[in-house]
Amino acid sequence: MSVTGSTKFMGYRRENGRVGVRNHVIILPVDDISNAACEAVGNNIKGTLALPHSYGRLQFGEDLELHFRTMIGTGANPNVAACIVIGIEPGWTNRIVEGIAKTGKPVAGFSIEQNGDLKTIMEASHKAKEFVHFASELQREPCDVSELWVSTKCGESDTTTGLGSCPTVGNMYDKLIPEGIYGVFGETSEITGAEHICKERAATPEVGERWYKMWKAYQDDVIEAHKVDDLSDSQPTKGNIEGGLSTIEEKALGNLEKIGHDCRYIDILEPAEAPQSGQGLYFMDTSSAAAECVTLMAAGGYVIHTFPTGQGNVIGNPIVPVVKITANPRTVRTMGEHVDVDVTGILRRDMTIDEAGDALIDMIVRTANGRATAAEALGHREFVMTKLYRSA
Amino acid sequence: MSIPNIPQLLVHDHKDNVGVVVVEGLKAGTDMLCVVTADNSSFRMTSTADVPIGHKIALKDLKSGDTAVKYGEDIGKIVADIGAGGHVHTHNLKTKRW
Repeated sequence: MSVTGSTKFMGYRRENGRVGVRNHVIILPVDDISNAACEAVGNNIKGTLALPHSYGRLQFGEDLELHFRTMIGTGANPNVAACIVIGIEPGWTNRIVEGIAKTGKPVAGFSIEQNGDLKTIMEASHKAKEFVHFASELQREPCDVSELWVSTKCGESDTTTGLGSCPTVGNMYDKLIPEGIYGVFGETSEITGAEHICKERAATPEVGERWYKMWKAYQDDVIEAHKVDDLSDSQPTKGNIEGGLSTIEEKALGNLEKIGHDCRYIDILEPAEAPQSGQGLYFMDTSSAAAECVTLMAAGGYVIHTFPTGQGNVIGNPIVPVVKITANPRTVRTMGEHVDVDVTGILRRDMTIDEAGDALIDMIVRTANGRATAAEALGHREFVMTKLYRSA
Repeated sequence: MSIPNIPQLLVHDHKDNVGVVVVEGLKAGTDMLCVVTADNSSFRMTSTADVPIGHKIALKDLKSGDTAVKYGEDIGKIVADIGAGGHVHTHNLKTKRW
């Protein structure tokens, strides 16, 4: 491997020292009813990006905390240069603004009640224009590869993901985690069938026990409480089955190939929680739905996402470049425009997993330097909040 | 592409009793080159069904009630007899979970 932790790439160093690979000015709605104002600002001021979503009203308890964590984490992500926050009222709006402001980056909040959409849009547009001028003068500077935070989650998996694209990500983590990067994997439901292996991959038995309790709670509180059958219409998905995966156990064993052979996860994160235990690999308790999971990992502070796919999941994210890897030759043939790293050679046995890992690392560095991913070029900006239960 | 040494079937582990078709358009009666990825050892066997890319083939006769093994691990229960070389999927393999 030619890339090491001290290999340089050109990134954006933020006020808090974290390194971003993109330079977005985002317009963040606190709640669903502020989407229209945010989209109007995004339309007025070129170079900004509104992130409409479906929630933020009458949530409470752990679900509300997750909402705030996702909002604040998204604004705080180092790929974001500056952030406008718009909500219906000032209380929750200011809470999010104050959370993002801790990073030191420019952030401003606006609320609609007693102003109306039009005045709010005008004032927020003026501020957004200032932020675009600020962000567009920021320069990329040399940063170390070891400063990257790289997440992973696979999607529209098939049997080729377990043979090729997931082991490629695993090889990348086996090489880059020792070089000092932060990693994260998740998809709690999709470890089912491989939970005995996942538990053993914790850095200490104590972390493994905590992981197992978290996984078991999901089985008991979500699957057992809500299932009406063996989930054969959901897990594996219809796409998974088309691709040859027959059971959740088979899917899980392929999924877990993403953490390679050598690395151990050092801590377990709540959804959208930023890691606090230093450099290394983490597990985040997430849904296995692609857009939800990537949105949560982005809110946790990860700046590049590696996404193995078999049948061809087309997902992207508005603030984090999503790098697609596939080993399926039919997917490359029929929808190659979605693929960043072609590792079909693994199936032909003319490419080793080690070579595939190096190809992915090369693409991560190029992406960090600014190369647009397939998902970015195709305009995929799926931003999907995770909701834990019904609002009040 | 018809390079003769490209495998049609990949098997993760020597303990496995199913392998994965890795070429498009595999027909019944194909004399398949099968490679075990754990150590790149190979063997040959004949498919007995048309099997799409990504789908599994039984490496030996499997009986209803047997456990399907892939990655050297339990991936579910066989619910209908399958002859060696036959197609293994949701019609004859079910999860033991949920």
